[in-house]
Amino acid sequence: MAEKKVGAVLVVGGGVAGIQASLDLADSGFKVYLIDEGASIGGVMAQLDKTFPTNDCSMCILSPKLVATGRHPNITILTNTEILGLNGEAGNFEVKLRKRSRYIIEEKCNGCGLCAQKCPIEAVDMYNGGLSERSAIYVDYPQAVPLKYKIDREKCIGCGTCYEICKAKAVAYDQQDSEATLKVGSIILAPGFEPFDAKLKSEYGYGRYPNVVTSIEFERILSASGPYGGLVLRPSDGEIPKKIAFIQCVGSRDYKLGNNYCSAVCCMYGMKEAVIAKEHTPTKLDATIFYMDLRAYGKEFDAYYNRAREEWGIRFVRSRVASITEDSSTGNLFVHYVEDEKPKTEEFDMVVLSIGMQPPKNVEKIAKVLGIELNKYKFCETKTFSPLETSKPGVFVCGAFSAPKDIPESVAQASGAAAKAMSIIASERGKLVAVKEYPPERDISQEEPRIGVFVCHCGINIGGVVNVPEVVEYAKTLPNVVYAEANLYTCSQDTQKLIREKIQQHNLNRVIVASCTPRTHEPLFRETVQEAGLNPYLFEMANIRDQCSWVHMHEPKEATEKAKDLVRSVVAKAKLLKPLKKPEISVTPVGLIMGGGVSGMTAALELARQGFEVHLVEREKELGGYLRKIYYLLEGDNPKERLDALIKDIMENDKIYVHLNAEVTEISGFVGNFKSKIKHYNGKEEEVEHGIVIVATGATEYKPTEYLYDKDPRVMTQHELEEKIAKGDFKAKNVIMIQCVGARNEERPNCARICCGQAIKNALKIKEIIPETEVYVLYKDIRSYGFKEDYYRKASEKGVLFINYEDSRKPQVRNEKGKLEVTFWEPVIKQEVTIEPDLLILSAATIPNPDNKRVAEMLKVPLTKDGFFLEAHMKLRPVDFATDGVFLCGMAHSPKYIDESIAQACAAAARATTILSKPALEMEGIVANVNEDLCSGCRICEYLCPYGAIEMKQKDDRLVAHVIEALCKGCGACGSACPTKAITMGHFTTEEIIAQVKAALLEVKA
Amino acid sequence: MMELENFNVVCFMCNWAFCQEEMQIPSDLNIVRVMCIGRIDPAIILETLEKGMDGVMLVGCKPPDCHFIDGNLQAERAVKMLRKLLKLTGLETERIKLLWYSPTDEKTFAYYAKKFLKEIKEIGFSPLKRGAPKSKLLVNVLAAKNAASDFRLRVLLGREKELTEGVNVYGEKFSVEEFDALLDEIVTEEFVRHKIHVLTKTEPLSVKALADVLEMKTANVLRHIVNMRRKNMIALDHVEGTTPLYKALEVK
Repeated sequence: MAEKKVGAVLVVGGGVAGIQASLDLADSGFKVYLIDEGASIGGVMAQLDKTFPTNDCSMCILSPKLVATGRHPNITILTNTEILGLNGEAGNFEVKLRKRSRYIIEEKCNGCGLCAQKCPIEAVDMYNGGLSERSAIYVDYPQAVPLKYKIDREKCIGCGTCYEICKAKAVAYDQQDSEATLKVGSIILAPGFEPFDAKLKSEYGYGRYPNVVTSIEFERILSASGPYGGLVLRPSDGEIPKKIAFIQCVGSRDYKLGNNYCSAVCCMYGMKEAVIAKEHTPTKLDATIFYMDLRAYGKEFDAYYNRAREEWGIRFVRSRVASITEDSSTGNLFVHYVEDEKPKTEEFDMVVLSIGMQPPKNVEKIAKVLGIELNKYKFCETKTFSPLETSKPGVFVCGAFSAPKDIPESVAQASGAAAKAMSIIASERGKLVAVKEYPPERDISQEEPRIGVFVCHCGINIGGVVNVPEVVEYAKTLPNVVYAEANLYTCSQDTQKLIREKIQQHNLNRVIVASCTPRTHEPLFRETVQEAGLNPYLFEMANIRDQCSWVHMHEPKEATEKAKDLVRSVVAKAKLLKPLKKPEISVTPVGLIMGGGVSGMTAALELARQGFEVHLVEREKELGGYLRKIYYLLEGDNPKERLDALIKDIMENDKIYVHLNAEVTEISGFVGNFKSKIKHYNGKEEEVEHGIVIVATGATEYKPTEYLYDKDPRVMTQHELEEKIAKGDFKAKNVIMIQCVGARNEERPNCARICCGQAIKNALKIKEIIPETEVYVLYKDIRSYGFKEDYYRKASEKGVLFINYEDSRKPQVRNEKGKLEVTFWEPVIKQEVTIEPDLLILSAATIPNPDNKRVAEMLKVPLTKDGFFLEAHMKLRPVDFATDGVFLCGMAHSPKYIDESIAQACAAAARATTILSKPALEMEGIVANVNEDLCSGCRICEYLCPYGAIEMKQKDDRLVAHVIEALCKGCGACGSACPTKAITMGHFTTEEIIAQVKAALLEVKA
Repeated sequence: MMELENFNVVCFMCNWAFCQEEMQIPSDLNIVRVMCIGRIDPAIILETLEKGMDGVMLVGCKPPDCHFIDGNLQAERAVKMLRKLLKLTGLETERIKLLWYSPTDEKTFAYYAKKFLKEIKEIGFSPLKRGAPKSKLLVNVLAAKNAASDFRLRVLLGREKELTEGVNVYGEKFSVEEFDALLDEIVTEEFVRHKIHVLTKTEPLSVKALADVLEMKTANVLRHIVNMRRKNMIALDHVEGTTPLYKALEVK
């Protein structure tokens, strides 16, 4: 008999993928151990300045996830930790870990930073790409989670200053490395990647020429928190460059170096860095990108490429740079390259090397300990139909470790891996997580406000500038304040106990903490007052660090006065605070999935494996979708067998209800409580109740109107060719393929992503069947990203001719008296060539399902300009919609390969599970309230609400606005717009805001 | 004009090395009594030099004698750091003398005092004497003084004994040479940073301008500025063309 399963998961690697996987698991009732070899979580994303294609600030979008992970009751973060050994099997593993000493007692360190300020020893700051120094006692960056300092044992001279200085007594020089054994049911690997060592590409002079920097260093240069404060400067002399070159594919697509694969993200980040550099530079900056193929293959990426060229004026040169030399007197750089078959040299002030991704360090050790297989590049080996599974059952993989990939794909894979990790231990859900119990809430409705104020020194972060005792004394003089005190660290564990005691002793019914920022600490203090029997909304925070001591560092007197002002105005607000209820809504633990292709089927199976019932609705008469048109794959799997197996699994699963020849015609309700109508084409209609919706409606192939398609039988699409080959009908001596048909044009500016792979696949297949057949591929950029690059190389080696064309010189296709003629420009010999192919294959784009518009309207979710579904956030919420409880996956999101669709489908299932696994959802208490007597029924609020949280209800003989609390996020847009002031915002009532403002205007009476 | 002026030499003198006899010391030499010569730190001496003193003599008890156990040895460490700083300023290190003396010495204190004064006269007047134009040297001495006043150098000076005579917090031993090499590196860093600070106090300066004055590579100057920004010593003032200029911030 197998051993009992364990409801805990080990996540290895704390980058964005590891973080997402941990959050999804923890939100679905599993205990998570998140380990990282570094001192904090965040990974490479924490180093980035902005992210493409939205130019969002990387830290700003990552930081809330870091905080959520750090605070999650079901997640234990183990930093400086590595795996030593693994025993057991899927469902019941025993993992041996080693935690390296940080010489700091984590429970005691408050992250105040005083030690680092006083440490006399400096070391090179690798977080800043080595461009600055940090102390020998340090945190990676100010927002680090956990915010615990660490001693760099190699640099530390052991002078003992930090020990003396640390007020929290957190320094422990005798701390030893420790070992621990954990029991977990499954394991997720997310160790990320290692940036390529640019020194290995010695012809580019990195390490010798100071003005040649890597793209990671350049991210730090661009960052406002980076070494140069966000101004782009040359490391050699601190001058602002006028001309920067970006060199692509450094350490990627480099056969000689052994890295033939494409690193998949560099084209986009290269463009982004060029764009941001221009934005950050006060003077005119010329940016040139040297590239081989511009691989803007992701969602909306080509639109970004177009803007980079046209709006931001980035210059693109298609050439592999041969070498770089330096003018040692000026530090300027000569970039040597070949264009139009001619050697050229151009001078630049600065060069950025777009370095690729390597497998993580110690990858072989990890693989050996865990018993997983690596591919030839030492990335984790996965298969097309199991992209999240390693070769060892129960061990899953996500993020860049399985192949170079960008953030949204890593995030989707992370959620997907979470689904996989959960499904094998679904029976253990909820067994290892702590359920927090609070004492009954005290009724304060008849009490006068009795306010307690706790003012934090934050070590010296506040206390070094603001006179904290003075602020405390001042607070005591304020009306309704019955207690005030100063704390060294109000956030420390012992202070939480103290706050609870003071609430009892002084019968406090409002609590104010004057300290750092509500952004990170409000939830902690709310929890503390709740533990003392107060409603959590009777807590308020005065921000006297971020908005006072930090910004007025050099004016202690003024800062102290301002701290008093801030405390006074928050006291004025606190008097008016009212308890708020967190609404609870029930959840129907059933899923509805629209679309029965590979994505919808995968999502359905994953949900069923979690133990939930699923309605799978497909318009066609059979399941399979796009996958039905695929006969063979580059990577060798048999898609037909896989499809049959998938359908068999679905049909045999008694939790999945398949509705064929049917569509969803109506959806009402909200997260946890949807009601939908499924209409069968035979006329039958049924109504189902469900808690979530997954949109997996797929996409369709573009029917070309160009290049004589439909007019000449010799002209066909890649899919039609594939079918022909699969049926054994293929016969031709000469084949021409034209790429980007119906994509990357005026009407559809974006890339269809998968056509390059299709062309390479079919070209290789032709060469396999009839090696003598000439195959020409006319392309704009070959976008064989990741390991697909190997097949591109293989096709070239087999004699497939890849010929580049520009938009200004598109191929011409004619039917000359029955002869099919294709004329194109041959850029090497520089003349037009005409060929008579036996077959002309059009790589037709994958375009949105024409039904998307109807579905979008029905679900009240947005579409992109191109007509694909638009997710909640392009970077960090790739399978969520902004509307709670509605998810998307597969080609409904954008064109993608099978493995990518499967990963997203698993991700959507995991995200849905975070809802379906809960008997009820606890919503935020800060919501809008409508006074129905005052409501005029004007519908302005309904229109303005970005979350669809307001619906109009019939009351007596008129329409009134009604807030669906489950959907309300408490932003207040409705309240500010209501013409009759019928809407009140909880915790931010007009009276509260005005009281706060009025109090701020008062003079301090000393 | 200069010839008419007197030489000024100050002698910081340990209370217990202090000789009760009527000292036949030259009128150019002023004695400042301290309880122990270990009281004198590099910042005090640099301030003395900055004010135009031609020479500074420190007189303490000859080891192993010290009324305060080993204050004299601490003075020796302070002078070592001081010499490192002085070397960087360009001011003659010979203007400083550390003398171990005891009233029972064969020679009188006056003998040593006269000898030092003679040496100083051979070197000549301090270029920082009153009325001397503000010079590069003054900037250097100010920078050295500020560096010596800052926490980083003071903490290293203060820890030297502990680390070289005993063991550090990990139980490891530092050789004097190792510690010396570390000091050399950090003293230079601190000197350069404080010099940049002094220079940019009056007017915003560019990396290039600073590199010219400091006779350093621009890349190294930039690196120092990056560190000074981190420590709130300096801020970007404005940009001229493609050249950022930096201005010192008041150090708290």
